[in-house]
Amino acid sequence: MSMSAERAAVVTGPGPEGGDETRVPGRWSAVGRQMLRTRRVVLGIGLIAGLAAVSWIGPLVSPWEFGDRDFAAFLQPPSPDHWFGTDNTGRDIFTITMVGMQKSLIIGLLAAVITTVLAAIVGSFAGYFLGATDKVLMWITDLALVLPSFLILAILYPALRGQGWLIFVLLLAAFAWMVTAKMVRGMTISLKEREYVLAARYMGVPAWKIIFRHIIPNMSSLLIVDATINVSSAIIAETSLSYFGFGVQAPDVSLGSLIALGARQAVTHPWTFVFCTGLLVILVLAVNLVGDGLRDALDPQSKSRRI
Amino acid sequence: MFLARRLLNYVVLIFLASSFAYLLAATTLDPRSNYEQLDPRPSQESIEARLDELNLNDSTPLAERYVTWVGGVATGDFGLTIQGRSVNEEIARKAGVTLRLIVVGTVIGCTVGVAIGAYAAVRQYRSFDRVSTGAAFLVLAIPTVVIAVSLQVSAVAINQAAGVQIFQYGGEYTAGLDAGFWGTLGDRLQHMVLPTLTLAIAQFAAFSRYQRNMMLDVLGADFVRTAMAKGLTRRAALLKHALRTALIPTVTYFTFTFGILLAGTTFTEKIYGWNGMGAWVVDSIFTNDVHAVAAVSCFMAVCVMAASFLSDLLYAWLDPRVRVS
Repeated sequence: MSMSAERAAVVTGPGPEGGDETRVPGRWSAVGRQMLRTRRVVLGIGLIAGLAAVSWIGPLVSPWEFGDRDFAAFLQPPSPDHWFGTDNTGRDIFTITMVGMQKSLIIGLLAAVITTVLAAIVGSFAGYFLGATDKVLMWITDLALVLPSFLILAILYPALRGQGWLIFVLLLAAFAWMVTAKMVRGMTISLKEREYVLAARYMGVPAWKIIFRHIIPNMSSLLIVDATINVSSAIIAETSLSYFGFGVQAPDVSLGSLIALGARQAVTHPWTFVFCTGLLVILVLAVNLVGDGLRDALDPQSKSRRI
Repeated sequence: MFLARRLLNYVVLIFLASSFAYLLAATTLDPRSNYEQLDPRPSQESIEARLDELNLNDSTPLAERYVTWVGGVATGDFGLTIQGRSVNEEIARKAGVTLRLIVVGTVIGCTVGVAIGAYAAVRQYRSFDRVSTGAAFLVLAIPTVVIAVSLQVSAVAINQAAGVQIFQYGGEYTAGLDAGFWGTLGDRLQHMVLPTLTLAIAQFAAFSRYQRNMMLDVLGADFVRTAMAKGLTRRAALLKHALRTALIPTVTYFTFTFGILLAGTTFTEKIYGWNGMGAWVVDSIFTNDVHAVAAVSCFMAVCVMAASFLSDLLYAWLDPRVRVS
């Protein structure tokens, strides 16, 4: 994290006097410029923005409302009337796919943010205090890694039936933070010996303040990259669980539940399967492009990073 | 001594994880509703008696049920399924199916992935590297569920186009087939192709990508140059020195991805209609079968720990410094 250390010494943003002194590039503007210089990141962000725009504008433009059923057209192929065709109950596939994609996007982003915050807190506390705190926290982490998270989520499903998808997001995040937390811990152990952390400690700044003000901000490039990767894992996890009915519940739809519906008739009625699957793959691909590009742009040690 | 402590730690983790799964399943699943929804509805006494017999009665305190369950598990008995069959017998039947899928899929996927990743690193920016990296990147964006379903759908389409059953995509073997030893073996292999391929493709993507990055780090290192300078051929230097070193982080990576692999196995089994542990747990959750869910959780915890142990052993084999200390 040499890059972050340099940045930490630099004054962020324009100085209080403003005006004549040379502007030192602040952390965020520098990060922003790095991002824009990487073609993959721009392409990925563009794709995500495009998909998000389509998924929110699409249902408004489409002649069919979510929940509308066209009783004159069951399982019809794409036509000017139904752009992506219709499904078994006469729902317009374009509209439900767009609504499903909204849900998948929101779930992915929310779950990733919560996961990363949780991982940053657990990892940095364990790494900063070491000793008993570290032992307990890392032991919990190891325990959580023993059972595959999909299994726990699937077992919990009967309890969440009818609780809405927000609870589902929280649980998705609650069982996905472990690997990131381990990385954060390793990084914290090396950061806590830095001069600025030691200086803060000798000035009597309380430990939690040091962690939130000095240690976590200095890992932000790692955290941003990991948050991006977590978005794609959350979308994939959500899709898989919804496919088996353990995730998003009807009447809500997500790309996973649509794929489950389409898979059964993919050969005879391909339009019920191809569009939602294709959009899902493009979405995850775009998120991965951003994550990959960001890692190259932000993390000078990316290649030697061990999970 | 070190290994013994590791093993003890594993046993404790497996025990805690299974207990956690049991308690979770016992609180969220509702076996009582299975009997109450029967038509005609059995008498209250017979429902209670049946639930008591299975140790699933929710009017018994959870702690008491848990103690009974742990007592059984300690003597190697995982209790009864909701249909009253022995969980142990079911495990014996299903564990082999799952293990076969995992082992074959992982071995093929990891070996091919590592080999392609390492070769791509050696040929960095050539066409082989570009194609394999692109393929891995694309596959990483596709959830295992979608890979499995897509393969199945393409198999159906190909079968229809060819007019012959080239690919089998349902079940583990053809029921009631009588074709002698070789015929049965061939039939099983034919059924195995697609599910194994599904797992192998997913593994290949993750491993080739990771291995390529690790290999690139090592290729420029001094010890590889030294190995070539002392007269080893490029091939020997790359295989014995570069690949061996680059495999060490990949072995650790294997432990972390194993949970995802288990999830992938579950989905694959369910989609291809294999009667393995994964398909069983999905069905058990829908039929409120607490003991089956707990048993599969225990099985998965054992698998994760076995994978972790295996990677410890591989690590020690690859890195002499670990063996000395």
